[in-house]
This record gives sequence, structure tokens and C-alpha cells, in this order.
Amino acid sequence: RLPREKPLPRPRPLTRWQQFARLKGIRPRKKTNLVWDDASGQWRRRWGYQRARDDTKEWLIEVPGGADPLEDQFAKRMEAKKERVAKNELNRLRNLARAHKQQLPSAAGLRPTGHQSKEELGRAMHVAKVSTASLGRFQERLPKEKAPRGAGKKRKFQPLFGDFAAEKKSQLELLRVMNSKKPQLDVTRATNKQMREEDQEEAAKRRKMSQKSKRKGGRQGPGGKRKGGGSGPPKRKGGLGGKMHSRQPGAGGKRKGGQQQGGKGRK
Amino acid sequence: MRPLTEEETRVMFEKIAKYIGENLQLLVDRPDGTYCFRLHNDRVYYVSEKILKLAANISGDKLVSLGTCFGKFTKTHKFRLHITALDFLAPYAKYKVWIKPGAEQSFLYGNHVLKSGLGRITENTSQYQGVVVYSMADVPLGFGVAAKSTQDCRKVDPMAIVVFHQADIGEYVRHEETLT
Repeated sequence: RLPREKPLPRPRPLTRWQQFARLKGIRPRKKTNLVWDDASGQWRRRWGYQRARDDTKEWLIEVPGGADPLEDQFAKRMEAKKERVAKNELNRLRNLARAHKQQLPSAAGLRPTGHQSKEELGRAMHVAKVSTASLGRFQERLPKEKAPRGAGKKRKFQPLFGDFAAEKKSQLELLRVMNSKKPQLDVTRATNKQMREEDQEEAAKRRKMSQKSKRKGGRQGPGGKRKGGGSGPPKRKGGLGGKMHSRQPGAGGKRKGGQQQGGKGRK
Repeated sequence: MRPLTEEETRVMFEKIAKYIGENLQLLVDRPDGTYCFRLHNDRVYYVSEKILKLAANISGDKLVSLGTCFGKFTKTHKFRLHITALDFLAPYAKYKVWIKPGAEQSFLYGNHVLKSGLGRITENTSQYQGVVVYSMADVPLGFGVAAKSTQDCRKVDPMAIVVFHQADIGEYVRHEETLT
């Protein structure tokens, strides 16, 4: 099962009636929905459609003692009902507004009461400053007054599930642009290539020299330098092995050590 | 959680392209599903569309991780690649380095690779090129930066560093708390 999609709702503040009932300790009493109506001789609802005692539905109303005989009593009853309904609606909306106001702490300082905190006053002051026709651009600040925090432009990000295809396209475009301007790598490659060619030439030259000269000194020099030679004939060890028989053991030992390193690094 | 901005995408692609070059478009445009990058708490996650839709139901402060973490953006907006991205770098790597069995242990503890531990290296590796490090059995061990080009690797002495260590799979144990 998946976790809850939306977070739990916040507890709402009590309405005025609920606060009063709590104070007085009034508990809600369960009432029946149907009431016996003598006039119609049947069980009618307490409230709602065809209710038991609907005073707007009476067909005969006696004019009360002190009232004007030409007044329309039926109309009076309709007016009274409309007023009651409107009052109820007003209270409902006020309760709702109270609940919503609680959820906006940023609007805390904007209704002036006698007891506002320093932050609330500061917030109210900043809001007042921006409430001019030019949105506060030409309002001067007091010498030590600080600018409001978080008053800059708000950054807007793409939505989380934007158009995936469009996102992919823009990313591929970015990659294409990135890849199109990469000339500097070629320079380093060219220099490496050059170095390799030079090494090959030098290695070939030294091999020729060592073949010609059979002296100990001659051999030591090229042997030491050949350590670094990158690409020579593939079976260098074998080749040297053949030559090593003709050399003195000391020189052969030194060369062996040097040659092994060169062979290793070449891969 | 939000998608990356243009700037952030560019920085991240530049970093990843150092290791896999133009194969990066195979990560962006995959035939087997829509995958995308999302930023959450400064970390970049590579996640399929299906998983992303499920992750959207979890509130931001409770969400720890989704998909694969590629890396994170530092406070100064530089992108740092984490070891968890290795699964996607290894198959597409352009420049590879193989190290000997003896040097594996040292690399997995976070040390740089010395010339004496170097087994093979792809030809034409330039200096400071991003490389992926493998063992001799072709198991990806991590990634790093080549300290010397292939040419220089041959000439240098055995105690010189040839690959700077950046991430290795030993970090899964050493940095367990910080990886997501």
C-alpha cells in the first residue's frame, strides 16, 4: 500500500458556539428527527422539507394586538426568515475566515491590536511601505532601518512533472552544443602522437647504435635511455635476451632491471 | 524536489562528460524508458518516470532518496560525482585503467594509484582525463583522474602517482552515513 498522498489536515480553531458551549459545559443533546404534528396528524421532520412547525407556511395568521391592520403579516414572516438565514450564513463565513486566518501567520501583524510583537510590527511596517502607487520605490528609509528579509524576486523552477519530451530535447540540445566546441583536446592528442613518433625514431636509432658498438660504455648509455622508450619492437625482452649472452654479467643485470620497467609500462 | 535549471544541468553534464564523453546522450535518451534528473536537498538523482511519480507522494522532508544518486551540488554550486554513479559510468567509460590485484586493496581504502600498481591503461589518455578504474577481472572499482598521460606513464618511476583517487566502492562502507 502506498503512503498518504497529501499530509494530514491541520486542526481547525473552535467556532464561537463551540467555545461558548465549552465554557458553559453544554453537551449536545441527541434529538429525534421526527416530531408528531397535530395539525396534519402525522409524523413530520423537525427541520427540512415539510417540517412540523413551519411558520411561513401558515394559511391563516391573526393580526396581533398592537400591529397595524394594513401590514402584511405573511411578508413579515418571510422577511424574518430571510434575515435569520442571512445571519446564519454570516456566522458560518466568519467562522471559516477565523479558521483560515489562523493558517496564515504572515498576516499576523496586519490588524492593529494593542499587543503586537516586534516582528509583527516590522512586518506591518514593510507591508505599509510597499502599499503605495509605485510599490514602495520612492519611499525613503530611516538611517538605521534594515531592508526586509526575503524581499527579492522569487525564483521560479520548472514543475516536477513537466513535459518529459521537452526536457529530454533541451538536454540533448545542450549536449550537442557542448560537444561541438571541443577543439582543445585535439591539440594534446596531436602532441602525444608527436611524442610517440619521436620515441619510436629514437628507439630505432639507439638499437642501430647498440648493434654497431660492442663496448661496455656504449651499451650502458643506450640501455639506460631505452627504459623510457614507448613503442619499439614488441618482443623486446626476447631480443635483449639474445644479446645479453655476449655481455658481462654486471652490465646484463643492470640492463635487465631497466628493461623490465619499460616493458611493463608500455601496455 | 525539482528539476535542474539550465545552469545546473550544464555544470553536471560537463562533469559527467569528463568520464563518458558523448555517451552521455545514451543516459539522457534511453530506449527502455523515460529517465530524468531531479534535484532534492542539493543532491541529483537519476530516476525513471514511474518511480518519480510514486516519489511525488512522499513529503519533501521525509523523502531520503529516489532512484540513483549521481552526486551533489556543493555550497558554491560545483558538482561532485559520488560513487553511486559508478553503475552508469562504467559501461560507457571512454578511458579505463586496470590495476593489479595487489594495488586494489590500497585503492579501495582511498589511496591514489601508483605506477607500480598500474596494470593497463587505455591508449591516448591525456593528462587530467577522467578515468574509470577496473580490477584485472574487469570489475569496476571506482573512478579518478589520470595524473599522467599514457606516454608519461611509461617514463615515470614506480612510486609516482598515475591516477588520482576520486571515488571507490570501498566508500559504501567507509562513508555509509553520507551516501544516499
